[in-house]
Amino acid sequence: MHTKFKAALLAVALLMSSGSALADGNFWLWLVNFSRQKEVKAVDNKTYQEECGSCHFAYQPGLLPGKSWAKLLDEKALADHFGEDASLDKDTLKTIYDYAMENAAEKSYSKRSRKIALATEDGDAPLRITEVRYIKRKHHEIPEKMVKGNKDVKSLSYCNACHTKAEEGIFDEDTVDIPNFPHRDHD
Amino acid sequence: MKFHKILMTVCLLLAAPVALATPATDELFARYKSEGAAGFDAERGSKSWNKETKGEDGEMMSCSTCHGKDLSKEGHHHKTNKLIQPMAPSANKERFTDAKKIEKWFKRNCNDVLARECTAQEKGDFLKFLLSK
Repeated sequence: MHTKFKAALLAVALLMSSGSALADGNFWLWLVNFSRQKEVKAVDNKTYQEECGSCHFAYQPGLLPGKSWAKLLDEKALADHFGEDASLDKDTLKTIYDYAMENAAEKSYSKRSRKIALATEDGDAPLRITEVRYIKRKHHEIPEKMVKGNKDVKSLSYCNACHTKAEEGIFDEDTVDIPNFPHRDHD
Repeated sequence: MKFHKILMTVCLLLAAPVALATPATDELFARYKSEGAAGFDAERGSKSWNKETKGEDGEMMSCSTCHGKDLSKEGHHHKTNKLIQPMAPSANKERFTDAKKIEKWFKRNCNDVLARECTAQEKGDFLKFLLSK
């Protein structure tokens, strides 16, 4: 009896510790995993990381719904990607497209991705993460001088200008460090 | 004595640190020639590299807008400020070792700066210029 209890405890502890890695894959693991799903799944595809990350922060697929990725990661759309030519060959584009679709917001069990999925369920697919209602709401109290008027930030589009753990998919407030505004000087 | 001189010259040539070609650029030079380009000229490449044209938002830009004035140093993407590794092969051994990658960036960047694709001649000149850095 005693050993069985210990084994069960160990199993639960193991599941909790390996949390985020398992959280996105399987519903049952997600269900019993307690350290899960708050943050966005980090990019774990080399091609996606390299191709998207060579010009800008490689936004995690879980930050937009699939319908947005489908619009963005289209051969013609990429030739004019927010004013830049970001053309890719067919094979590379397919890898990136598939990865984004498989890990899009609505496919993820992470809390943030779920909120993004919910906020974008109706209406047109946003092309920018900054157009997502949930993201807007999360940032609307930040004064303009800290973002637009801040030479080291310039726009909310540059997640990792302030979110120090953005690469890992962690956007928690505790990990925010706004350049030129030390000590969380919010006035 | 004469033999020694030849040997020394050969050694000096081999030791020259300038990367004037890689297998990838050899392949591309051959391809550009087959597409109609004549010889390639680093000087012409340098001029085109630094030539400013008006970008879509009215801003004057050239290759050095993003790659920087000193090609042995890092550059920054003009919009996202993302770090761009040095273009000079003397400072960055990875440069010009992958023909597919070179072509990909020529297509994108010529479109962004010149609003058209570059010709085989222009691309060859750019490569000659960059390889000498």
